[in-house]
Amino acid sequence: MTETLPDTPAQLPEHPMPRAAGCPFDPPPALRELQSSSPISRVRIWDGTTPWLITRYDHVRTLLGDPRVSADTTRSGYPHRNAAMLAREQDQRTFLTMDDPEHARLRRMVTGPFAIRKMEQLRPDVQQIVDDLIDEMLAGPNPTDLVTAFALPVPSLVICRLLGVPYSDHDLFQRNTQVIVRRTSTPEEVAGATRTLTDYLDDLLTVKRKKPEDDLLSKLATERVETGEMTQREAARMGVLLLSAGHETTANMIALGTVALLEHPEQLALLRESEDPAVAARAVEELLRYLTITHSGRRRVATADIEIGGQVIRAGDGIILATDIANRDPEHFPDPDRLDITRDARRHVAFGYGVHQCLGQPLARVELQVVYSTLYRRIPTLALATDADELQFKHDGLVYGVYELPVTW
Amino acid sequence: MHVHIDQPKCVASGQCVLMAPDVFDQDDDGIVELLTDRPGPEHHDGVREAAAVCPAAAIRLEEG
Repeated sequence: MTETLPDTPAQLPEHPMPRAAGCPFDPPPALRELQSSSPISRVRIWDGTTPWLITRYDHVRTLLGDPRVSADTTRSGYPHRNAAMLAREQDQRTFLTMDDPEHARLRRMVTGPFAIRKMEQLRPDVQQIVDDLIDEMLAGPNPTDLVTAFALPVPSLVICRLLGVPYSDHDLFQRNTQVIVRRTSTPEEVAGATRTLTDYLDDLLTVKRKKPEDDLLSKLATERVETGEMTQREAARMGVLLLSAGHETTANMIALGTVALLEHPEQLALLRESEDPAVAARAVEELLRYLTITHSGRRRVATADIEIGGQVIRAGDGIILATDIANRDPEHFPDPDRLDITRDARRHVAFGYGVHQCLGQPLARVELQVVYSTLYRRIPTLALATDADELQFKHDGLVYGVYELPVTW
Repeated sequence: MHVHIDQPKCVASGQCVLMAPDVFDQDDDGIVELLTDRPGPEHHDGVREAAAVCPAAAIRLEEG
């Protein structure tokens, strides 16, 4: 076993690392260097601690699938994303930050509605929502901001329907989710936004308990809260998780995916000129891989000593799994920095891997397949209404994307 | 090919159903169910892909 002693914390590379200027779609160059030179190495994060950074695809999958690797944010050594997330994760726990068996028990309460068959039943509704929003956009001002006119409303309307949340409240949940995912928010701001959202879902659950409808929140209210299996507050926290994760991530994939396609016109043409749903489905997987918008990595802590790749990760060591660079690992994706919507990218880890892999991925796939196969065909002249250099990318976001996307047609 | 599934491990990502819809299905909680444990050769590629992408390693294959 060769074990290189870590340098003193001050000499270690700082994480997160900056992307290269002019390469908004590529992970930071320092990640690429680490992947080839020292794929399991220590980095220094905001609080001065030195978790391991994992950059190769095989190692990322192995560790995310290892039961000795914990997602429990209350364990000592867990590499928190920032002070605000540290504060939030202590009192806003969901199954996202729990280990099995508790994680599995809670997750299974909400997996049913995301089954593939249910998603296929939802597909015509998603298509209708997308078509209506495009109609509205075409009838409105030109140029316009694609984020507010289209990218945010599509997944927000869909998740509202699935959960049973009135879409008329979208300002409230979109605004507060933005505060939570902004890296620069203070702990007080994040705590306030979280409380506002949890209170909102809590009130909604009270309504659903009295007047249940055919939606996920009613299901939680009648089958879990009424039966005493979970408290209403716990159900509200789960609702916040589903509502926030259900719109913010997909919105970023729609907007950033559109920028990527407009900047790769030959790829956009392939997508636009085919009516085969398999072409759009492949494009979705490739864009998920290529963009890997969860750019702050998956975070874990070791609960036992783990030997991997010639290193020993000790019990209590923090681990950051860099899924963005793992999805650019040349061992698994030839010519990895090339956007190629014809490649088979289905083994990407954009939704994570292991027991915590994204619960909403079947929904995200349907939404993105409908969007990518509709938007550019309905508006073939869609173009940026600004220089690509002028776009404001979410470098400071827990999830990557663009803040605004001025488009014209 | 003989397909084995481990339902307690399943996390309902649904990917196996996308890869091989004639072999895998989901129950009301989204948990994997087998439609056949001896799929015909036309399904083998899809089943192998399903086993490869399953995030919970809940699919085991005996080839041959």
